Amino acid sequence: MKTTGPAMQTGKPRLTTSAMIASIAAEGQRTKPAPFGHALVELARQRPDVIGMTADLGKYTDLHIFAQEFPDRYYQMGMAEQILFGAASGLAAEGFMPFATTYAVFASRRAYDFIHQTIAEEDRNVKIACALPGLTSGYGPSHQAAEDLALFRAMPNMTVIDPCDAHEIEQIVPAVAAYRGPVYMRLLRGQVPVVLDEYDYKFELGKAAMIRDGWDVLIISSGIMTMRALEAARKLAGDRVDAAVLHVPTIKPLDANTILREAGKSGRMVVVAENHTVIGGLGEAVAGLLMRSGVHPAFRQIGLPDEFLAAGALPTLHDRYGISTAEVARQIKRWL
Amino acid sequence: METVAKALANAPTLAQRAHNIRRNAIRMGEVQGQGYIAQALDIADVLAVAYFYAMRYRPEDPAWEERDRFLLSNGHYAIALYAALIEAGIVPEAELESYGSDESRLPMSGMASYTPGMEMSGGSLGLGLSIAVGMALGLKRKNSNAQVYTLFSDGELDEGSVWEAIMSAGHYRLGNVIAIVDVNNQQADGPSTQVMAFEPLVDKLQAFGWFVQRVDGNNLDAVVAAFDAAKSHTESRPRMIVADTLMGKGVPFLEQREKNHFIRVEPHEWQLALAELEAGRQP
Repeated sequence: MKTTGPAMQTGKPRLTTSAMIASIAAEGQRTKPAPFGHALVELARQRPDVIGMTADLGKYTDLHIFAQEFPDRYYQMGMAEQILFGAASGLAAEGFMPFATTYAVFASRRAYDFIHQTIAEEDRNVKIACALPGLTSGYGPSHQAAEDLALFRAMPNMTVIDPCDAHEIEQIVPAVAAYRGPVYMRLLRGQVPVVLDEYDYKFELGKAAMIRDGWDVLIISSGIMTMRALEAARKLAGDRVDAAVLHVPTIKPLDANTILREAGKSGRMVVVAENHTVIGGLGEAVAGLLMRSGVHPAFRQIGLPDEFLAAGALPTLHDRYGISTAEVARQIKRWL
Repeated sequence: METVAKALANAPTLAQRAHNIRRNAIRMGEVQGQGYIAQALDIADVLAVAYFYAMRYRPEDPAWEERDRFLLSNGHYAIALYAALIEAGIVPEAELESYGSDESRLPMSGMASYTPGMEMSGGSLGLGLSIAVGMALGLKRKNSNAQVYTLFSDGELDEGSVWEAIMSAGHYRLGNVIAIVDVNNQQADGPSTQVMAFEPLVDKLQAFGWFVQRVDGNNLDAVVAAFDAAKSHTESRPRMIVADTLMGKGVPFLEQREKNHFIRVEPHEWQLALAELEAGRQP
């Protein structure tokens, strides 16, 4: 198993950790603290209908920023995800717009029926923001939400968003508030990397965006994998591989037009990269779209394997499961 | 006490309402030849008091902002609620014969998107009380005087989410929640108390900070008094009415059926059921 770049460079053995909250920021990377919490405060200043709710994870979903600013618009529901989402539905029924937070594992696995029946089926205006998406915790399967996108994609009425960085999260908060209906968004919390501002990127709900164009391979990615794809593309350029990166933050509804247009450009291999099991996420969503539309490029998937993932340090695990920058570049080179 | 006296004076009217709810439910059951008839018969008295004594609503405007909300957590009791909604004029009586049929607004399990006056989609059990908590919080935020009524079944006490909601309503001191649990001691696999012991229920609910009353849910006077006390209770605590009821109430041959969680009735028995109901009718 390889160790990570920075540790190699300094020559010091870096202690690895399987901590629940591990930073996804690389050493030296630009970050912003709690972008979700600050954006929600900003939104709540404009909109009195915004409510913050959590299930004993206010501090760990950056909702404490909101709670400090608007204590009377904040509901602590205790360590109980069913009542969290049931009560969010009730508040939405009375005209409020709850932002309900927990970890992605608990929303997707523990409270699925509550979200399905009380929120999605009744098309209630609840925004679900969930930390530790995919493999962003080294704590083992109890906290690794490898299948959340598959589950929420399958739920009718649900809009599903997988943001890349702090710059994007800041824009997603007002965008989902302007949209009326249930939304599941993955949440990066704590010190969150800032990447997309360099690309003059603007989030639009339901829209994919070409962040970088290239002739040899089209990487279609969401979430933190867009960050990895951009780094991998820079690496690949050194090997004279010209990689394009199409960022697809809205997993559902999928931006079919943009994906078909870009994937249909002849000669480019399509590689979908996601921080999620290869089953039922962005990769299979794109594959299904291409097949149904008669667009048949060479197609590969980068994602987490269909197995219970190990506990360990994130850099180690990202390497092991093929979603680190080095592994993304290596796999693409092998396929080309 | 004055309101109780007034209610007692109105009791014949409520008895008539309860009778009509039972009759409507039997007629709907006849359409499909089966259904949760025994539950509809047991809860008819509570629904009569809720819709014709306790709650504020406008039949012509089921979404009226000032209405009291009624959440049917046990979606399979839909036949009972439809019977009440028809009696209340919220659903036209002509739709009764469409019960459970394709394209009907009255599906066998209650869903908000289908039926006027239906506030939630039940079916999956243990959801209602949690939605009630959110609605009650929302109504308090709006300084609304509307109450959130929630009906759920003793079998639903098996669901952990019900206890999450009971704990939460107690924590937030939601005085605008009036929950009714139908204790008919019958769930899918048998007597509720044997499937999963839930007694002593009153003690448990009180320990969670609720104002609790236990009544004979088929005694109209007792039910009226319980709704009165729940509404006039001055402490900011959620209110629970534990209503002990009899499955099949009002139709003796259904009361005596051993397996009455989901009833199949032979075609000739529907007339018998109506006849028995009619024979036991109070003046």
